[in-house]
Amino acid sequence: MRQNVQARLVLFTLLTVASLVYLVPTFVDPLTERWSKFLPANKVQLGLDLQGGTHLVLEVKVDKAIENNVERLRADLTRILREKGVSGVTVEREGIQLYVRGPAASTEPVRGILNSEFGNLVEAKTPQTGAGATEFYRTLSKEEIRSLRDYAVDQTLETIRNRIDQFGVSEPIIQRHGENNILVQLPGIQDPERAKEIIGKTALLEFKLVDESASVEDAIKSGPPPGRQVLYGQPVRGEGIGAEKEAYVLESRALLTGEYIQDARVRPAEQLQGASVELVLNATGARLFEQITAANVKRRLAIVLDDRVYSAPVIQERIAGGRASITGNFDLKEARDLAIVLRAGALPAPVEIVEERTVGPSLGQDSIRQGVTSFIVGGVLVIVFMIAYYKQAGLVAVVAVVLNVLYMLATLAGFQAVLTLPGIAGIVLTVGMAVDANVLINERIREELRAGRAVRSAIEAGYKNALPAILDSNITTFLSGVILFQFGTGPIKGFAVTLCIGILTTIITAVYLTRVYYDYRIASRKLERISI
Amino acid sequence: MELIKPGTKFQFTRYRKIAFVLSTVLNVAVLLALFIKGPNLGVDFAGGTMVHLKFAQAVTIAEIRRALDRVNLAGGVVQDFGEPGQNEFLIRLDKTSVELGALGEQVRKGLVEQFGAEKFEVRRIESVGPQIGEELRFRGTMSVIVATIMMGIYIWIRFGSAFGAKFGLLFGTGAVVALIHDVLITVGALMLANYEFDLTVVAALLTIVGFSVNDTVVICDRIRENLRKIKRETLESIVNISINETLSRTLLTTSTALMVLASLYFLGGHVIKPFAFSLLVGFISGVYSTIFIASPVILLWEKRAFKK
Repeated sequence: MRQNVQARLVLFTLLTVASLVYLVPTFVDPLTERWSKFLPANKVQLGLDLQGGTHLVLEVKVDKAIENNVERLRADLTRILREKGVSGVTVEREGIQLYVRGPAASTEPVRGILNSEFGNLVEAKTPQTGAGATEFYRTLSKEEIRSLRDYAVDQTLETIRNRIDQFGVSEPIIQRHGENNILVQLPGIQDPERAKEIIGKTALLEFKLVDESASVEDAIKSGPPPGRQVLYGQPVRGEGIGAEKEAYVLESRALLTGEYIQDARVRPAEQLQGASVELVLNATGARLFEQITAANVKRRLAIVLDDRVYSAPVIQERIAGGRASITGNFDLKEARDLAIVLRAGALPAPVEIVEERTVGPSLGQDSIRQGVTSFIVGGVLVIVFMIAYYKQAGLVAVVAVVLNVLYMLATLAGFQAVLTLPGIAGIVLTVGMAVDANVLINERIREELRAGRAVRSAIEAGYKNALPAILDSNITTFLSGVILFQFGTGPIKGFAVTLCIGILTTIITAVYLTRVYYDYRIASRKLERISI
Repeated sequence: MELIKPGTKFQFTRYRKIAFVLSTVLNVAVLLALFIKGPNLGVDFAGGTMVHLKFAQAVTIAEIRRALDRVNLAGGVVQDFGEPGQNEFLIRLDKTSVELGALGEQVRKGLVEQFGAEKFEVRRIESVGPQIGEELRFRGTMSVIVATIMMGIYIWIRFGSAFGAKFGLLFGTGAVVALIHDVLITVGALMLANYEFDLTVVAALLTIVGFSVNDTVVICDRIRENLRKIKRETLESIVNISINETLSRTLLTTSTALMVLASLYFLGGHVIKPFAFSLLVGFISGVYSTIFIASPVILLWEKRAFKK
């Protein structure tokens, strides 16, 4: 018995020392180098609601990415049909379906091309033959759609990660969230609006030729001619919403896109002109650009970013070396942000912010202060009450509660768990609820004493009889904590975590730690009276 | 010190009919209010945008409205937040055509034009798209329902395995009835006090479910024990004895929980207030429902079984 008590005493002492050690990095900041070598590096992380920051959920518009893919297939099919000399065939896209229609004579060649070159397309409907024409309906297979979807989301995630890295945020969290969503958390960010701008921009850069033979007015009024589109320039600065924007009729086909960009640099403003972004294309891009400029001298080449025309200079001569620049009356910050998104590349599909939670740093500070205050006041109330009610046994329970909080915090630090405002509330609540176990035990001991048992056997019976109820009630609370964790996001998860950790430490301290005290006293000398 | 003297014998079950009527009336009233008026949903569940502002000096709600007017957001609802004199306000905007992420910036622009950039601070922005709001609403409701059922199943299995399936089912049913009562009472109190329902309220409801069942467990545990020990008494008097024996524990535990909750409610700041409020109401309701509802449900069942 005595040996056993000593062993347990040593165990809890070690546990307490280890907990203190684990908490040093959280409370002493910064650590001197000499110490940080010996101490664990893990510390309690503050949630966005306490340290300030932005939490975003972005929905990747994967349908758009899939449509883009089918559109590319349509263009490919049209080109191949032309190259192979199959004439009179029209290829149209409806959503993610390709609709191919041609005279009876073309049926076999079309079928051949579809089967050999477009194996990833499956029949959406059986081909219809009639009135001297054949119609094919092809669409992407389910597997193909799934892999395109995954690719689009993963690629978007990578690109966003790239952009955020270049923007410079410490310890961002960027992860896939459900089927089509991406979760982005930016702790301690000062300018959330600018970050959103950088993250959310599709940044699809295209070079397209201006069709100067077409009339802009007609194109706006009655739709652009086939193979052409109308895009607008930037509104003139300072004129506000609804200002006149210049319209352009462009060839829909992009000659070159941003995928060939190797680097993008900011060129500071010069006299009358705002800052601009200079693009450096990679070898392939440079060669393509040279060919394009050589073939289109004296025509206007529009630089289009996300369907907005930034400039449309006239090509004076063949341009070698793969350099181009985007001008657009930027200020320096805008130019820098644009350079970031161009370097990181375009998103494969547009994204939309479907959830945003931003907390300013001052609110987080207030929350920490108020949380700590209510923790101290609540704790003191419970301590006074327990000691007044149970005297010495109450003091034992209070020591258990204090160590309980210590173990809880150390566990949070050891697992690098995130502490949120509801998480602080969870700690405060644990203080109030942890004494329940001691109340159950103490009430039992009182009952057993009243029933005339000796102190020693009353304590034993008290612990033994109270245990089932303690375990049951803690397991049920733990269960709802687990459900909460499943359901919750961010701050709420923090509450679920502290609640569940608190239950585990409560059982350890309230049941096993307090028992060591009584067993020690029983073992060391005859315990004839107990203050309870 | 003793709150409840040993040997106290309140005949709690005598009041079970009054309690049943009272609780049924209250619960039906809450259900009616839920279906007719509907809860006051925060942005988490309704979708939309909430902007929390703090001004350097006193401003009026009318002035903030004018600022919103400037940027075509006249539909926004402006309300006071926090302690008087702190100059904190909440602006609530429903779904609008403006892209979600850009709304905060638009509000800021209006405020800068009206008050100047140095005069206010955006403390918090919460924007939730309608689809996510709907999903959270569904998952929040489901999690409370699932938790309640799981508590019933846990008690059923726990007491059933130790004392026969019939008692397990009895205790389980009693616990679930009591939990539904606690959740509804809390929801009703939140509606009366005009608090918005958001994620933290769901967290509070789940905690209530987990905590309130503790009292039921403790009392049922004692009933189980006394059923074995005391042979000559009726079931009703065993239930009463058990409630009395555990009464001081019930009151003590609830008191310490209420102490820390009161501290959270008064000192923890406005963000956590609805959470602390829900728990305060739910825990008090939990004590009542355990004593006057969960335990007597066992009697109700016994009498039915007896008649047959």
